[in-house]
Amino acid sequence: MTDTPVLEVRNLNVRFDTPKGEFHAVKDVNFTMGREKLAIVGESGSGKTQTGRAILGLTQGHITADKMAFHGTNLLDLAPAQWREIRGKRIAMVMQDPKYSLNPVMTIGDQLIEAGKRLLGTDGAHKRALEMLEAVKIRDPKRVFNAWPHELSGGMGQRAMIAMMLMAEPELLIADEPTSALDVTVRLQVLAILDDLVKTRDMGLVFISHDLNLVRTFADRVLIMYGGRVVEELPAKDLMNATHPYTRGLLACAPEVDRPTKRLATLTRDPAWAQSPGGTR
Amino acid sequence: MIEIENLTVVFGDSDNRVTAVDGVSLKVAAGESFGLVGESGSGKSTILRAVAGLADSTGSIVINGQKQGRKRDRNFYSQVQMVFQDPFGSLHPKHTIDRILTEPLVVHDVPDREAKVRAVLDQVQLGPSFRFRYPHQLSGGQRQRIAIARALILRPKIILLDEPTSALDVSIQAEVLNLLDDIRNELGVTYLMVSHDLGVVAHMCRRFAVMRQGKVVEVADSRHLGTGTLEHAYSRQLLVASKGYDRAVIDAFADL
Amino acid sequence: MISASLRSWLLSDTPDSRFQARAGRFYLGWLTFAKNPLAMLGLIILVLLVVMAVFASWISPHDPLFGNLEDRLLPPSGKFWLGTDENGRDIFSRIVFGARTTLYIIGLVAVTAAPIGLLIGTTAGYVGGWVETGLMRLTDAFLAFPKLILALAFAAALGAGLENAVLAIALTAWPPYARIARAETLTVRGSDYLAAARMTGAGGWRILFGHIMPMCIPSLIVRVSLDMAGIILIAAGLGFLGLGVAPPQPEWGSMVSEGRSQILEQWWVCTYPGIAICIVSLGFNLIGDGLRDVLDPRGK
Repeated sequence: MTDTPVLEVRNLNVRFDTPKGEFHAVKDVNFTMGREKLAIVGESGSGKTQTGRAILGLTQGHITADKMAFHGTNLLDLAPAQWREIRGKRIAMVMQDPKYSLNPVMTIGDQLIEAGKRLLGTDGAHKRALEMLEAVKIRDPKRVFNAWPHELSGGMGQRAMIAMMLMAEPELLIADEPTSALDVTVRLQVLAILDDLVKTRDMGLVFISHDLNLVRTFADRVLIMYGGRVVEELPAKDLMNATHPYTRGLLACAPEVDRPTKRLATLTRDPAWAQSPGGTR
Repeated sequence: MIEIENLTVVFGDSDNRVTAVDGVSLKVAAGESFGLVGESGSGKSTILRAVAGLADSTGSIVINGQKQGRKRDRNFYSQVQMVFQDPFGSLHPKHTIDRILTEPLVVHDVPDREAKVRAVLDQVQLGPSFRFRYPHQLSGGQRQRIAIARALILRPKIILLDEPTSALDVSIQAEVLNLLDDIRNELGVTYLMVSHDLGVVAHMCRRFAVMRQGKVVEVADSRHLGTGTLEHAYSRQLLVASKGYDRAVIDAFADL
Repeated sequence: MISASLRSWLLSDTPDSRFQARAGRFYLGWLTFAKNPLAMLGLIILVLLVVMAVFASWISPHDPLFGNLEDRLLPPSGKFWLGTDENGRDIFSRIVFGARTTLYIIGLVAVTAAPIGLLIGTTAGYVGGWVETGLMRLTDAFLAFPKLILALAFAAALGAGLENAVLAIALTAWPPYARIARAETLTVRGSDYLAAARMTGAGGWRILFGHIMPMCIPSLIVRVSLDMAGIILIAAGLGFLGLGVAPPQPEWGSMVSEGRSQILEQWWVCTYPGIAICIVSLGFNLIGDGLRDVLDPRGK
């Protein structure tokens, strides 16, 4: 970790107007991250995705925060033109399903060039596109460069997506369940690419996931969210020693191959978890 | 209970043939829970669909001593039922829960429908207040319980489970797996369960088959998952991968 | 407008009966529809049309069929609000009675053409194979002709008269519905809930009527209500060409036709029925748009 934090978030709230009244999706979320792999874990509806989207201002809801600083720049004060300089260039995002994120009527190569054109010029972007396809461990970058999205498997598509996000050398990558749609072995290979990128390019990674086991072995630090709140924050290696009953409950109810049980533990939810801010700063 | 011999399923026409299942043979005893694991495209779900009569196949499928032909009769469906992967897609969006659960009884001309619907809702721990709701008014876990209730209501001997919990959160998964466990203990049904999650298979099934590219590479006892004593290199790789992220072993992954 | 307890009963997430579930669903749709002011305008137009048709004898100040020749071609006045035609009949009264004809035509076309199209389209989509090929080629054959020309041909072959006009219009109106129904069927054909329906052992008809048709009906209703305007115009066209309603029965299209020779001197004779056609067509279009918001499953 280095001196200035890559991202500092203070009291982030996201609210939605719904026909049934206001829905408070993210409640008073705080975190600071450097060039590391920060995981945000939770079940569906926990607010993890909305937190990730709020960083890029990509939510339909109303965002309020005391501070949301990216390398000291408060993202909340940015004009649209300034946002364009950051979104997709300095902060990039990878979504869950490459099928919906890649443009179906453009070849992979054209999409990569499009992403890097303004920064590098067409020739530079062309060269860099091939480099990036290689960087994400695609064996035949030339073929994939000329391929259409529908010709790629899920794993290949997601790698191409990551390559596209890396065209502009972002300093922060937000990955929302980037590997959930992939098979286990491919999933780990894609994670290895992200891991290497964090190490070699000094990038920060926000990794949003529902998979505690994966997060425990992959991330550096973990935020556990429940009902819009961060209920616990701890280093990934200490996850097994989590103290919050929700985290402990989640860990206990997943069946594991080397820990056979006659009956799975179930989670008894305590409404108080979503009420009071828990965990540590 | 289920005997599959040399089962082959081919999709597409002559120019564009995909052999989804390639000469698979399996035997599942009555009351047993058997798992099918593998990555996407390995043919594990297609086997279930072939057994259910939803996909055309060659080879032989014998259910409860009866060889099944191309068309399944009504009696078959009172013995074999299925729970689908996606709880949002397997319930008709314009039917109430009541209609969804009553329909199998109507088709099979079973009397006492009212009481049976109430009983099965109880059995999946949902209670009568759910009876007249539409699927969109239910959470994913509740929908999957309804799907299980629909599969149960004809009192089948075999339930085919196609990734029944992969669309659910872990805490909900635990509840649904416990429910499936209770049903098995209570009614002695046979499960044929497809999953990509070795943990789920180890928990639910005594034996399982590892599938790859339409073929069974190994049939193993699920205790071997805990001890790591699997025979085939591909199965071992799946097992290692299921344990989480370890940068050191990933480069050793091969397209076995 | 609606009491609080009834409202909460309707919007309950835990209905106690089939009826409450259905009513709740309907009410939610109504709320969406009512939020759209243009759709409400369309609904008001339709309601006025129905009121006009039902109470035609009370509303119209004069006899629509027989006029006084001394009063022919009078401009709009206090006595004849919209003027009179060349037979001295009150145009307002004829428009009011013409609403009956219009409603009769669109109602009959809707209840014949839509079910035919629905049945053909869903059968083709669900059964597939040569059945699909056969049914869809038949549909294409009908679609190959311009609607009005085909309706004209049928009407001419069947002879003039209101029933024949309706029949001719229905025969030309079903193919687009068959297309839509087939397209909707194809999108649901591979769904898990149909597989689940087959797993209950249900037969083809039960699946077709109970599972597939409910998924096709919403887009069909939208399309039918949008087509109503076109049907009114075709009926008017047939009337205009003398193939619709037999005179002296009032029908808006034939009224326009009768007035066309005096369009410059006695403009009111054909203008007012034309405006009536215009307003009702617009009303149905607005309703169709509103229904699309309510019924289109992709909208939610």
